[in-house]
Parts: sequence; structure tokens; C-alpha cells
Amino acid sequence: MTDDVKPDSDSDLPPTPDDQTYLQIHQQQDFIELRRRYKRFAFPATAAFMLWYITYVICNNWARDFMNTPVYGNINVALVFGLLQFVSTFLIASLYARHAAKALDPLSIKIREEFEEMTGR
Amino acid sequence: MITTAPLPLATGGNQWLTIGLFLMVVALTLYITFWASRSNKTTTDYYAGGRSFSGFQNGLAIGGDYMSAASFLGISGAIALYGYDGFLYSIGFLVAWLVALLLIAELLRNSGRYTMADQLAYRMRQAPVRTAAATSTIVVSIFYLLAQMVGAGSLVGLLLGVTSPVIKNLVIVAVGVLMIIYVTLGGMKGTTWVQIVKAVLLMAGTLLISILVLAEFNFSLSDLLGAAAEKTGKGEEFLQPGQLYGKDLVGKFDFLSLGLALVLGTAGLPHILIRFYTTPTAHAARKSVLWAIGLIGAFYLMTLVLGFGAAALVDTGPESQIAKSSGNLASPLLAQAVGGGPDSLGGSVLLALISAVAFATILAVVAGLTLASASSVAHDLYANVWRKGKASEASELIVVRIAALVIGAVAIALAIPAQRLNIAFLVALAFAVAASANLPALIFNLFWKRFNTAGACASIFGGLIAAVGLVIFSPVVSGTPTSLMPDADFAWFPLRNPGLVSIPIGFLCGFLGTLLSKDTSSQDRYPELEVRSLTGAGAEKGGGSD
Repeated sequence: MTDDVKPDSDSDLPPTPDDQTYLQIHQQQDFIELRRRYKRFAFPATAAFMLWYITYVICNNWARDFMNTPVYGNINVALVFGLLQFVSTFLIASLYARHAAKALDPLSIKIREEFEEMTGR
Repeated sequence: MITTAPLPLATGGNQWLTIGLFLMVVALTLYITFWASRSNKTTTDYYAGGRSFSGFQNGLAIGGDYMSAASFLGISGAIALYGYDGFLYSIGFLVAWLVALLLIAELLRNSGRYTMADQLAYRMRQAPVRTAAATSTIVVSIFYLLAQMVGAGSLVGLLLGVTSPVIKNLVIVAVGVLMIIYVTLGGMKGTTWVQIVKAVLLMAGTLLISILVLAEFNFSLSDLLGAAAEKTGKGEEFLQPGQLYGKDLVGKFDFLSLGLALVLGTAGLPHILIRFYTTPTAHAARKSVLWAIGLIGAFYLMTLVLGFGAAALVDTGPESQIAKSSGNLASPLLAQAVGGGPDSLGGSVLLALISAVAFATILAVVAGLTLASASSVAHDLYANVWRKGKASEASELIVVRIAALVIGAVAIALAIPAQRLNIAFLVALAFAVAASANLPALIFNLFWKRFNTAGACASIFGGLIAAVGLVIFSPVVSGTPTSLMPDADFAWFPLRNPGLVSIPIGFLCGFLGTLLSKDTSSQDRYPELEVRSLTGAGAEKGGGSD
């Protein structure tokens, strides 16, 4: 293999032959739906885990009495709260994996196949 | 329960066992490198491992790239010394992966090629954006490299019982030479396999010690915590927030600032970002992040057991070796204790084993960091800025190797005088720069149509200068007896961690830089970037299966 196409070196050069194809797909209902489905999950989920994490950090600083409350034996709220951050991370990751497999992948595969047909690659 | 007197670390025969295992790690990783070097023919092979790694393999490699000595030795050590507060690092380092999973990994895999700058330069003017991205890639990687190399020097020094600065310097030089060999010969393929092997060793070693620790307490976490609280003499306060952070108002904001940098830094670390390019598809990149989250999560849960285990089973008092090593020796000494103590065969074997795992950990991480910066020098600065995209593949492959050599040499030269610096501080600074300079640019580029060249350069340089500048004027550098320059005082910025201020500055610079520039040419290719990043249409194809 010698020098293959360098799509990363031409953005201040003349447009690539695929430009029109990308623009066409960008207008398509399928793509608009894919983008909506992606953002509808990714943005609220990001806001949710950031808020949840910041709440944890703030409680460590300013809600020490609450954090120091014993729960079971030597285990206190602070530790449980910390472990719940692990649980929520695993949960959001697996929810996203499910959402992507069900709602995103079929659409993105369809669009990609169309693109390959249109550009003949 | 095991009682431990102040320990002479590895002595006599144990020392040779440790050295033998270290040499085995070195031999194994060099063998992998030579084996991988035979298939490095194209730039895609060299920079992205031929895009042939499966989701699971890359997930392991991400774990190997990410779980550094600062995590393995540093976090367990911080928990051993300060109890609950040390746990914050574990949580921040894990939660951060959601940013990478939800917003970055797949989109980057689809729209970039070899480096972080590829993604940013997709719709921008090449020279300024690539120069900015390469600068921050090198700065972040060098801070991170210094932390790992300084760690290697002090770890080996402590384990072999040598205090002589000459030997520590020799260890730093040896680590530097090894990483140059891995990267120049093995490229991404060799580096990835070194990281996979390291991830397996690290997970196995950590799991073994965790099980042995928990077995001492009948697998009751509550009993383990109770024993740690009692043995340290700090009682239940040891299990509560506040032993290390947030003693006063400034401290509380410092803690908040650290927490932000940890969670937002990961998805801006260049050596992590380039790992997403090694998979054949974005789908495999997603799978690799899911595997990584599982592995990294399991590992950080075990740091809790290691840290509190060390506090419960080994001496962590002010005069102990653990306290003198800032906690870095907690895990190795814990391994020795659960193996049967310093004079037993089991103790010696486990100590040597865990030390070798820590050494493998350092080697895998420094290889990833050197590769990320060398790739950026060759692909961004040489091929695209200097040669304007007209460099031949052969010349790029020569330049990237020269770059790796130079970066390795610079890292060695900086690491020797940097040995006075605190390792955790260097890592936290790397995360703060990544979160302030790289993340805003990546997020804006992916999700804000109007974003342009001026905005990209402003956010990268603005965030970079803010993060590094605020540290220079913080108590880390001057104004207190523990500062780098204890006799000077120009510390007008009260926080040791700059993230709380520098991350918003990075975003603000990107926003203002964009609006103040009349350049709207970057919008023309935004539809293309959106389609390509979300669907993979026209994305770089890979060599393997999912």
C-alpha cells in the first residue's frame, strides 16, 4: 500500500468528490432521525452522571454529617455513595450499549451502505 | 492477624528474585516488540496497529494504557495513609469513562485517522489547528511521562533497598531506553500487545492480593474497614471524608477542582484517544470502551481493598516505610504481608511478583505516552504542517521513529531533575491540561457547527496556558515550606488544582475565539463531519473483524 487518500489534509483545499453525497445524506430523514436518537440519549445521560458525580464531590465537602452516618457495621453513607458511583457508571454504560444496538446501529449501517452504493466504494 | 515489624525491604535472596522477575518482564515485552516490528509496513500499521484489534483486545489495551503506576501504587497508597479520601481518585478515574463512551470514542474513530489533531483538523485550517493540538499533546504526555518515570526510579530504588541517586538515575535511563525501543520498533502494534499483557498481569496480581486480604477478614468489608480504622489509631474518622482534602474552605474548592479535572480529563488524554483508532469499526471502538469500563471499574474497586488492607495489615505510622514513600509502597508491602510476612517464602514471592507487575505497568504506560507524542510530531507537525500533506509514507515512518527517540531522550533529561516532584501532582496536572485544552476543542468540533479555526486554537492554547499558568502561581510552586521554591512567594492563586478555573477558561476561549473570528469556512464541512462521525460513512476501514 502506498499513499492512500488523505481526507485529513484537504479541508483547506478544493472539495472532495464525496461532498455532495455527504450533503445529500445530511438532509435525509434517516440521518436526521439517527442524530436525534443519538443526542436524545447521550446529552441527558451526560448531564445526569455529571450532576450525580458533582453531588457526590459536594457532599464530601459540605455534607459531612450526612456522609458520616453509619449504614451497616463500619460501612457509612460516604462509602455507599462512592460505590453507587460505580453502580451508576456500569448502569449508564450498559443502557447506552443497549440503546446503541437497538436504536442507532441499524440506522447507521443502513446509511453507511447507501453511502457506499452512492460513491461506489 | 499478621503483625509486621518495620521491614527491611527485599534483602539477600529476595532481591535476586525481584530482579529476576523484572528481567523476565523486560524480556517478554522486548520479545513482543520484535515480533510486532515485522508487520509494521504502512503508516496505518505503525500509528493504528493496522486497525486490526478486536473490541475485547483494545478494551484490555485501554486498561493497560490507563491504569498507571499512579493508580496502582498511588491510589492504594493514598487510601492506606488517608483512608476514605484516597478513594476519590478511583471514582473520578472511572466515571470519566462515560464521557469517552457517550461523546467521544465512536465519533472520533469515525472522523479521525491517527492523532487527536486529525479529528480537529477535519474542517479547519490544517497548520494552526494541528500545531495547537500537537503542542497540547506533547505537554500532556510529557507531564504524564515524567510522573511514570519518576515513579519507576523511586519504586525500583525502594524495592532494591538502594538510596543512591546514581542507581535511581540509571533506572530512569533504562526505562527511557526501553520505551524508545518499544515505540521505534513495535509502533502501535507492539505497544498494544505490551499493554494487553500488562493489563492481564495487573488484573491477576491485584485480584490475587485482594482475595488474600479479604480472606483475612472472612470476606467481610466491614471487618476490613474496622481493622484499618483501629490499626491506624484514627478510628472511624479514617473511614470518613476529610483526612486529606477539604480541611478549610480553600481545601474544599481544591477538592472540587481536582474532582472536575479527573472526570473531564480522561477523554482528552491523547494516548487514550489514539487507542480508539486501532479498532476496525466504531462499533468495535464502543465495545472496547465497554470492556475497559468493566476492567477499570473492577480494578478501582480492588484499590479499596488494597488500600484499607495495607492500613489494616501493615504499619502505616509516620515513621513507616509506607509513609516515607508517600504511600507508594503500600501495595508491595501488603503483598509481602499477606504472603506470610517478610521472612517467609510466600511473602518474598508475592512482594517480587507485585513489584514486577508495578514495573510492567510503568513500561506499558510510558510506551503509550511516547507513541502518542511521536505520532503527533510526525503526522501533524512533519507530514501535515511542514510538508503540507505531501510527505511520503516512508519519510513519515522515519520521522516518527526519530521523534520517538528525541521525546524519549527529552523525557529522560527532564525526569532526572524532576525527581523532587510529587507523582500524584504531575498526573493531576496532566489531567487538568487535557480537560482544559483538549476536551473543549473536541466537544465544540463535534457538536457546534459554528466552531472554527480561531476557536480551536483559542480553546487549546487558552486552556493550556490557564492550566499550566495557574499552577505556576499556586502554592505548589511557591509560598509554602513544601513548595517547589519554598523561599519565593508569588502564589496569588490559592488552589493547587487549576481545573475549576482553567476548564471553564478553555471552553470560554473556544467560544469567544469562534465568535470574534469572521471565518465561517469550517461550517461547509460540518454536515460531512456529522454524517461521517455518526454513521462511519467514508471512515477509515480496518483490517480485522469486530
